[in-house]
Amino acid sequence: MSITVFVPRDSAALAAGADEVAAAISAEAQSRKLDVTLIRNGSRGLLWLEPMVEVEHQGKRIAYGPVTPEDVKSLFDADFLQGKTHALCHGVTEEIAYLKNQERLTFARIGIIDPLSLKDYEAHEGLVGLKAALKLKPTDIVQQVLDSGLRGRGGAGFPAGIKWRTVAAASSAQKYIVINADEGDSGTFADRMVMEGDPFMLIEGMVIAGISVGATEGYVYIRSEYPDAVSIMNQAVTIATTAGILGSSVLGSGKTFNIHIRMGAGSYVCGEETAMLESLEGKRGVVRAKPPLPALQGLFGKPSVINNVLTMAAIPFILSRGAKAYADYGMGRSLGTLPFQLAGNIRFGGLVEKAFGVTARQLIEDFGGGTATGRPFKAVQIGGPLGAYLPDALLDTPMDYEALAAKGGVLGHGGLVVFDDSADMMEQARYAMAFCAIESCGKCTPCRIGSTRGMEVIQKMQANPSLAPAQTHLLRDLCGTMVNGSLCAMGSMTPYPVLSALDHFPEDFHLTKATHQAA
Amino acid sequence: MNSATQPEMQVVAKAITRFQAVPGGLLPLLHAVQEGLGYIPPTATQSIASAFNLSRAEVHGVITYYHHFRQTPPPKHTLAICHAEACQARGCRSVINKADALLGTSHGSHSGHNPVHDAAKSESDWHVEPTYCLGLCATGPALMLDGQLHAHVTPAKLEALIARANTKDAS
Repeated sequence: MSITVFVPRDSAALAAGADEVAAAISAEAQSRKLDVTLIRNGSRGLLWLEPMVEVEHQGKRIAYGPVTPEDVKSLFDADFLQGKTHALCHGVTEEIAYLKNQERLTFARIGIIDPLSLKDYEAHEGLVGLKAALKLKPTDIVQQVLDSGLRGRGGAGFPAGIKWRTVAAASSAQKYIVINADEGDSGTFADRMVMEGDPFMLIEGMVIAGISVGATEGYVYIRSEYPDAVSIMNQAVTIATTAGILGSSVLGSGKTFNIHIRMGAGSYVCGEETAMLESLEGKRGVVRAKPPLPALQGLFGKPSVINNVLTMAAIPFILSRGAKAYADYGMGRSLGTLPFQLAGNIRFGGLVEKAFGVTARQLIEDFGGGTATGRPFKAVQIGGPLGAYLPDALLDTPMDYEALAAKGGVLGHGGLVVFDDSADMMEQARYAMAFCAIESCGKCTPCRIGSTRGMEVIQKMQANPSLAPAQTHLLRDLCGTMVNGSLCAMGSMTPYPVLSALDHFPEDFHLTKATHQAA
Repeated sequence: MNSATQPEMQVVAKAITRFQAVPGGLLPLLHAVQEGLGYIPPTATQSIASAFNLSRAEVHGVITYYHHFRQTPPPKHTLAICHAEACQARGCRSVINKADALLGTSHGSHSGHNPVHDAAKSESDWHVEPTYCLGLCATGPALMLDGQLHAHVTPAKLEALIARANTKDAS
């Protein structure tokens, strides 16, 4: 009987040599005349173990990792195909504490199924949500999303149901569903893992959204740095169209929905929703002033639901299990789960989906195992390049939109980038300004000019410590202008990492307590 | 300025036919041209502009806005090293400095220049560019070499990757 072996095709596994490992396993099996079926799954998200090879044995999956092509022979020698032990064996995958202690709703299938097998998808609750939605009135679908408490996962945290309701109420012959997959924040990779590991979930969510608001066309805007995600999404759309999930009659309902996959071209600001719309329309990715709201005048000037990948990926679960099942997770006004991404200098980096309310310390220490270098923790940047740097003293803050905001932080897209004590926070602040200068769309002055001036001010402090107090004063003033005067989050939030670095780590800016307070 | 050759213009014409009627088709068209030719010949701007009923300035504006598009033929190898925070936390600066030392670039220094526009200017076989996140943030430093992703990159590993690519060219 054929033995099933899983070798992930997620980019993180490929970058660590998964293709070479898969080839070595096939070759070794062939030379030993063993019948092996190789499945290229998504990643389980235990990224320090990638490439993580799994073997199906007596109905369970046994994990081995990180596997190099050189390890393959010894795995066969140890009879890993029968689930036998080996130095790289981690036992039954589901029992690994990192996975077992998660609450995987959105990531329930990822790493388990073959991403492009509709059969696998349906065998794991796929399409249940869509079938349920097709039996509901469109307004009732929107009500489910409202009741679930789902908020936008792209960073702003705006209630998804309210957005959907606005678009549903708008009258227009043409409406659009637009997915923001321009996941440019450093420290985030959950959107990529969804698209590479469970593309039909995103497609199902989009179809449900289309039916509920009366949109027949959907666009997914994926960044060009994610060629594998683009390729898998394109294949998944073709498969879904052939299977009648997309097209002129969704699952025979007579309702139309089509999806177009579009690739960005290397512009961070295109992750801002109005810049993304401009880019989708074939223009420079320059931010639009709001109002008009994109919900009313969005893509090609038509009413558009714009959601992040993770927001839309949560929809099939909500329709399948009910709004309450989702809202039972979380705290306060942050309901449901968030796929956190543990990144940077962390021992066990990867994907941890937990209900809102988990603390940064639990994520970094209990799941992440501290720094990868073993040196003391210094700071964590939560929420991407526009997120604040938080010191150890703030790690017990619960991961909740409001609780984090109260401490001057932002949750953003749920990425946590850990730094050890070798990090120079003044250099990190300089980088934040430099990044803004490179990526600013140039439309508004505070962002376009402010970022360059901010970088120069910090460089002066780096070159001449005695200038620090006076330059700090200038820097704070400049940050105030950027926060209050910029059109979008690029300019208005670049000061978050800068000011948080300054506030929590003044010593890195050559400031003593006295000079810091004076500044 | 490079002048587009006949076969190049055929690639452009084919892409125009395919994307002219597609809503917002300019970006997919530019991607198709760059995928076919490795770059977007400046001489193609006029025909693209005419097909989309835009001015040449508008098309030029779009091409030059996006970091991904290039208007000159690419050298043999393109090396994109991630410069973003998660890779910084994992030591990408040493990898960037190594690339500078081996390939004669200056991405590691920051004396006020804009690194994006500071691509290697020499007649080298290598184009080195910064990238801001490849989505490999738990396994950095990360880079993309000729379309292939690599994680856990060290200065030594980078040297080996460059040597391997150069050896392939020589053989």
